[in-house]
Amino acid sequence: MENSIYLDEARDPLIIAEGWMKDGKDVAIATVVETWGSAPRPVGSHLVIDADGNFHGSVSGGCVEGAVVTEAIDVIDTGKARMLEFGVADETAWQVGLSCGGRIKVYVERLG
Amino acid sequence: MDPYALKTLNAERRARRAAILVTDLGDGRDRIVREGDPVAGDLGAAIAKAFRTGNSGSVEAEGRTFFLNAHLPQPRLVVIGAVHISQALAPMARIAGYPLEIIDPRTAFATSDRFPDVALHAEWPEDVLKRQPLDSYTALAAVTHDPKVDDFALKAALDARCFYVGALGSRKTHAKRVERLLALGASADQIARIHAPIGLDIGAASPAEIAVAVLAQVVHAFRSRGLEAAASAPKSQSILEKHDA
Repeated sequence: MENSIYLDEARDPLIIAEGWMKDGKDVAIATVVETWGSAPRPVGSHLVIDADGNFHGSVSGGCVEGAVVTEAIDVIDTGKARMLEFGVADETAWQVGLSCGGRIKVYVERLG
Repeated sequence: MDPYALKTLNAERRARRAAILVTDLGDGRDRIVREGDPVAGDLGAAIAKAFRTGNSGSVEAEGRTFFLNAHLPQPRLVVIGAVHISQALAPMARIAGYPLEIIDPRTAFATSDRFPDVALHAEWPEDVLKRQPLDSYTALAAVTHDPKVDDFALKAALDARCFYVGALGSRKTHAKRVERLLALGASADQIARIHAPIGLDIGAASPAEIAVAVLAQVVHAFRSRGLEAAASAPKSQSILEKHDA
C-alpha cells in the first residue's frame, strides 16, 4: 500500500520471498535496476518468483512479468544471475496513459 | 541475493529504519548498509546521497558497477493539537506524501467532524506515544500552545531523534518553553533542534498559510537529513555533485 507507515506484509515481495525461503522453497528475485522513458514501475521495484512459477510484486504494469518469470525459473536452476532488457510496447504504454514506450532493465538473481 | 542480507533488510524495514542493499552487478555479491555505517570513497558518497533522496540506482565506483536499492521508511507527521492549523495541514500533508496523525486530549477539539478522514487520537500524547513510539522518520509539530499537552511530546520527539521538531509560539513563549524542557532533562543541543517559531518564514498570516510554512519546513528537514555532515567535508560534497551529473 502506498504511503502506509508500516509494511503491508501480505503484499510485500521481499517479505514474501523471506517466507518462501523459510518454507524451504527455491526463490528468485527480480529487480528493476534502470528505466528509460515512461517505465511503469520505478527503479528498485521487485518481482519475486518461486520454482513453480508463483510470483508476487511487479517490475512493469504486467507487460513483461510473464517473460521474467520464465527467465527466473532458469536462474533458479542454474544459480547464475541475468540482466534482462525490455522495451515496453507502444500500444500497451498508450493504453495506460503513457505518451511513449519506455524501456526497463531487470536484474534476476537466485536467493541463496 | 544472500539470504542473510534479505533477512537483515526485512528486519530493518519492519523496524522503520533505513537500509540500502548494495549489489555488485559484476559478481552478484551483496550486503546491507545501514544509515550511519561508514563507507569510504565514491561508493560511500553515492550511498549517502541515496539515503537522503531515497532514490535507487546504479553507481560506478572502484572500477565496478553497484546497484543501490534504497529502502527508506515512509516519513510521517505527528501533530500535537487538533487546531485550525491542523485542519489545513492534514490534507496538504497527505497530498505531499507525509501521512499525518493528530493527537489532542481535548475532546472538543479532536472531533471527526472537524477532521474527516484523519487519524485522530483524542488522548494524551503520553498514552498514544507509548503505543506508537516516535522515530527518526517521524516529524512532530506541536501546535496547541498548551504546555500540558505540548511539552511531553516535544521531549519525546527530541529523545527519539525525530527528523523534524517544530513548536508553535512566539519567541517569548519559546523562551519559557526552553526553561521547561531543560527542567525535563533535555540538553541545550537537543533544544536547539526545535524549529520555533514554527514554519519557514514566508510571512504566513492565516492558519492555512502557517500550515504551508510548516509543511515546507518538514520537507526541507527531510530532504536535508545528513547534509550537516557533508557540508563539513567539502571533498565528499564534490563527489556527490559528480554523481548528479
